Amino acid sequence: MAKYLASRALQALPVLLGTFTLAFVLLSVLPSDALSIKLSGSGDSALSQEEIARLRAEQGYDDPLPLQYVRQLGGLLTGDMGVSLHTGSPVVSMIGSALPHTARLAVAALLVGVTAGLVIGSLAAHARSRALRELLMSVPPLGISFPTFAVGLVLIQVVSFQWRALPSGGTDGFESLVLPALTLSLPVTATVAQIFARSLREVLDQGYIDTATAKGAGRLRLHLAHAVRNAAGPSLTATGMVIGNLLGGAVVTETVFSREGVGRLTADAVTRQDLPVVQGVVLLSALVFVVVNLLVDLTYPLLDRRVTLTEATR
Amino acid sequence: MTLTDTPAAARGRVRRRPGPGVVLSFLVLGLAVLAAFAPGLLAHQSPVEGEVLEKLRPPSAEHWFGTDHLGRDVYARVVHGAGLSLRAPLIAVAIAFGAGCTLGLVSGFLGGPVDAVIMRLVDILLAVPSLLLSLAIVAALGFGITNVAVAVGVASVAAFARITRAEALRVRSSPFVEAATTLGVRGPQVLLRHVLPHAVGPALVLSTLEFGTAILSVSALSFLGYGEPPPTPEWGKIVSEGRDYLATAWWVALLPSLVIAATVLATNRLSRWFDARGERI
Repeated sequence: MAKYLASRALQALPVLLGTFTLAFVLLSVLPSDALSIKLSGSGDSALSQEEIARLRAEQGYDDPLPLQYVRQLGGLLTGDMGVSLHTGSPVVSMIGSALPHTARLAVAALLVGVTAGLVIGSLAAHARSRALRELLMSVPPLGISFPTFAVGLVLIQVVSFQWRALPSGGTDGFESLVLPALTLSLPVTATVAQIFARSLREVLDQGYIDTATAKGAGRLRLHLAHAVRNAAGPSLTATGMVIGNLLGGAVVTETVFSREGVGRLTADAVTRQDLPVVQGVVLLSALVFVVVNLLVDLTYPLLDRRVTLTEATR
Repeated sequence: MTLTDTPAAARGRVRRRPGPGVVLSFLVLGLAVLAAFAPGLLAHQSPVEGEVLEKLRPPSAEHWFGTDHLGRDVYARVVHGAGLSLRAPLIAVAIAFGAGCTLGLVSGFLGGPVDAVIMRLVDILLAVPSLLLSLAIVAALGFGITNVAVAVGVASVAAFARITRAEALRVRSSPFVEAATTLGVRGPQVLLRHVLPHAVGPALVLSTLEFGTAILSVSALSFLGYGEPPPTPEWGKIVSEGRDYLATAWWVALLPSLVIAATVLATNRLSRWFDARGERI
């Protein structure tokens, strides 16, 4: 097990290093550099040429790019991702203080989305009436066609403004979490429902289901004891893939609901072209991707005993 | 690529004649394209000038989608916004298709170290959520609808590269490619004349699907305020402008949202229909 984990960590390193390099190339080399964007963008004409030059030298933007790259990489290894150009505080602490809010939102959205997806998928696979099945299976295409911000705004308009049931924004408390979590969960629901319904239908056609039916198992028992576990694999993989997208979805959701979090931090950073913060969030997302993939692979053997963990997974 | 639309899902629903859903989708997309090319035909009111006395009026016969906080006709803004809101996704898909297919073809055809390098690059692109990646690119390039289009396009290169590489690998070992190589046709020629036409099919299907996703991404970036400055109408921006008046004038934000959703829904439906037709042929 320890050996497996070590080999996976080794595989993850190139991806993380690559993401860092990509972000560095994208954000440091492409237009000009972060500091001159900040200085030209803010319209701060009060800064004289000498002051700009001094700031540039201070932040190390005059050094050759390879040196900047190595220095940034070195900083990253010691947990230093530079400072925000807007607030001047360290990027790591900014992301660190925003992350719990987003983690709560993402976990809630994931729980709601996976549960709803499994229920809708199960009902659709078992439904005897064609009309009901088609109604249920129209949820996934609808779920991925509505823009996230539109879903959020509809919920705010109906639930917050008309029913006055839940707050339309804010970060604290359970009540403020409900609507954003629902908004963010819709793509998860859609994906899981679609994939689970398909694999469940395949499983229900298998011989051992007929055997279980012949032995007198009821539909519910059939479903829970025989079908779900064997049909869950593809949905697990799909869930792993949508977790990364939750971070992207959080940018829109947190903006719509005026919540604090990594998404809002990202949106603000892009608006102010605060490139170190953007770079930090991109790295965070790659890290999440790597960790989630590992977790999915570790969960797989629990679902299906035939799968064993080996070092050569690629 | 979205997970919920795959060939396997469409296969079960092959019909001989287009169903009502497909006809409706054609109709919706037809209207959207008409709005993009000739907005004057669909809306006669100005999208940028409003009458302040007429502000925040609910939908009526005169103003189908009501008016916004400056008294502008929301329907006219949506119609005139179709141009930019659909052109940007089109550019994005073109970039993703062009770059992705090139990378995938070269990678699958050459194999070896080139393949390894390109595929690691694709892995990295896949590790960052596409919306976040396009946000980072927009932050680097600056704002504006063209930059948004480029950002969304670059963020979806990976899926095209993967799918085309798989096809190129399949085609590379087929007899007619071996025959061409044996007859002395040179590498680039084989790639363009013999491999490309047979490897591009799945990427074409993917691009119809990606168009819907790109509409969503572009409108999200425009909603967040990274598109053109006001008063240029864009679908995402119209919604974000209406957001502040949601409590009193829901139509400003929600009716344009419905238009976006309807367009994406129509695109996805047609994509699945094309895919199913392709399977049958």
